[in-house]
Amino acid sequence: MDVLEEHGDMVYRYLRVAVGPEDAEDCLQETLLSALRAYPDLADARNLRGWLLTIAKRKALDEHRARGRRPSPSGRLPEAAIDPPTEAEDGLWRAVRELPPKQREAVVYRFVCDLAHREIAELMSSTEAAARRNVHEGLRALREVWR
Amino acid sequence: MRDVERALRGGSMPEGAVERFVERAWNEVDGVVAYAGVDSPFGRLIVAATRRGIVCLAYPGEADAVQELAERLTPRLVEAPERLDEARRELDDYFEGRRDRFDLAVDLSLVRGEFTRKVLRATSRIPFGRTLTYTEVATKAGSPRGSRAAGNALGSNPIPIVVPCHRVIHASGGLGGYTGGLDRKEFLLRLEGVLGETG
Repeated sequence: MDVLEEHGDMVYRYLRVAVGPEDAEDCLQETLLSALRAYPDLADARNLRGWLLTIAKRKALDEHRARGRRPSPSGRLPEAAIDPPTEAEDGLWRAVRELPPKQREAVVYRFVCDLAHREIAELMSSTEAAARRNVHEGLRALREVWR
Repeated sequence: MRDVERALRGGSMPEGAVERFVERAWNEVDGVVAYAGVDSPFGRLIVAATRRGIVCLAYPGEADAVQELAERLTPRLVEAPERLDEARRELDDYFEGRRDRFDLAVDLSLVRGEFTRKVLRATSRIPFGRTLTYTEVATKAGSPRGSRAAGNALGSNPIPIVVPCHRVIHASGGLGGYTGGLDRKEFLLRLEGVLGETG
């Protein structure tokens, strides 16, 4: 599965933001297994990235739902990075997670996943202009927090 | 100012993630096919297996062998060299003259046509260094007059070398055809001592 080579890192980075570093690999595995099972039904291989991210998003939601059912001592999602890129960057990821949902999603798609605005619009069911605006505003907010 | 964009782009899968995925895919996904490259005197072969056995051995060719596997066999492909260690060992031994039979399980379930499967099974039983004629193979497959059809069946053999279709030749002694190229058939027959050193 060349998908892994081509898109594995991108999906992993997405999930690291979506569910946190602790559960990112689990979700990545689940995403890739689902993709492999569904693969023969995939009609449009050109939009492989978007398709993978749609599955990853579903897995991330599953993960959040499972956490909701799991007793968590602090009552909060585990934010602490077990394997942070660096300590300074950990602050950035926290800032990303604290963005308003649409900005967060758009920023993650744009920079973490390296998608074009058109693809982001498609995944978020919005217009390209709205995608562009969300990316722009999210990035501006991040620059203020993380400099 | 630190570069937010660059920091966001960084990061790759944890070490071992690919291996863990391949392991789970192999055990949990139905119809998964593992493949690996295997060096041979012909260049790099692509060998593929299901959980039941070898399904395909592709000679090096012009086209992208893996892409072709995906189209012909299944897109549920994972590169998993460790699943093909035994095949690699046996092929190495064969090409180096240390082995005169393959003990590999063969999976013909993806071969279309009962007659073709019968022909390939009959071919699998031809011993190292021996040959049968097309008519003899057809007869063993239950169709004594089907030598031409047997030729076609052999031409579609997805697992050359391991299912030794190179051991089927014309009654006249002519080599007949070989989908992988006649020079390869000659090479294999020479390796097995059927043809003399000079042909």
